[in-house]
Amino acid sequence: MARMRFSVLVEVSLREGVADPQGQTVERSLPTLGFPGVSGVRVGKAIRFTIESPSEDEARAEVIDLCRRFLTNPVIEDSVVTIEAMADAV
Amino acid sequence: MSARIGVVLFPGSNCEQDAVEGVRAAGGDAELLWHGDATVGGVDAVIIPGGFAHGDALRPGAIARFSPIMAAVAEFAGNGGPVVGICNGFQVLTEAGLLPGALQKNRGLKFLCTTVGLRVTSTGSVLTSGTTVGDVLRVPVNHFEGNYTCDRSTLDELQAEDRVVLRYVDNPNGSVDDIAGITNAAGNVVGLMPHPERAISELLGSADGLPLLRSLARSAAVAAV
Repeated sequence: MARMRFSVLVEVSLREGVADPQGQTVERSLPTLGFPGVSGVRVGKAIRFTIESPSEDEARAEVIDLCRRFLTNPVIEDSVVTIEAMADAV
Repeated sequence: MSARIGVVLFPGSNCEQDAVEGVRAAGGDAELLWHGDATVGGVDAVIIPGGFAHGDALRPGAIARFSPIMAAVAEFAGNGGPVVGICNGFQVLTEAGLLPGALQKNRGLKFLCTTVGLRVTSTGSVLTSGTTVGDVLRVPVNHFEGNYTCDRSTLDELQAEDRVVLRYVDNPNGSVDDIAGITNAAGNVVGLMPHPERAISELLGSADGLPLLRSLARSAAVAAV
C-alpha cells in the first residue's frame, strides 16, 4: 500500500489561564518601541516535521499521540496540529 | 554501614558533584549513576541532581524522562525507594509523572540566583522527616523555570494530604501556594527547586541543607535494612 508523506506543523501554546511571562514581557515592551495598540500577546513554540503514513487520518492520530506524550506538557500546554499532504508519494 | 545514595548523571547535569559532597557531609555514601544504564545499581536512594539534562531541549526534563535509567528509577520509587529531585531533577520527576504539576518560567521572567528562606510545612517525606514543621532554612535557589503550577484539584489534594513539604517564606518565582517542594502520596518521592546540597557549610553561606540531606540519608539507611 502506498504511503503518503505529510508536512506537519505543531503549534504549542500555554493553556488558557496559565500565566505567560514571556508574552507579558513582550507586550509590556511594545509601547516603548512605538507599538502602543498591540495586546493579547502569547508566546509559544512552532515545531515542523514530515511524517509518512497510509492516510491523513492515521498521520493525524499519530501526531496527536506524539504531542500528548512528548511535544507538549499537558499540565500547562495545548497544541494545534496542521497537516498537509505533500506532492511526492513515498 | 552507611546508606548508598546514587546521584544520576545526565548529559548536561551540573550539580552532581555537589550532591555527592552533600550526601557525604550528611553521613551517607554517594556514587554517580549514568543515565544511559537501565538500572539504579542496587543503591538505597536516588538523587536526580540540578543542571540542564539533555540541554533542556524542548522543555526541562522532557527528554531526560526517556533516559534508560528513568524506568528503573520509577520502579525503585514504586517499591518505596527514596527518590529526591533537586531543581532540574524536580522538573525531570514532574515530566516523568512521578510527581504532579509542572514547573513554569518564573514570574517576571527573572532568572533567580540567590538564597531564600524555606519553611518546613510537612515532615511526612524522606527529605523532611528529620526536621520540624515551622523550621526556616536558608537554602540557595538557581533557576529560570521554578514556578510550580498545577490544576486546582491537584493543589487541593496536595494540601489535604499534607504533601507540600517546603514553602518559600518570600515567594521568589510565582509558585502557586508558595510551593518550593512537594512529595508523592507515599512520602518517598520528593521534588524541590532549592539546592540543599549547596548549603552544607557555614563557609558556603549556610549549613541549613544538612538536616534535609541527613533525613534522606536516614531514610536510605532504613530502606537498606
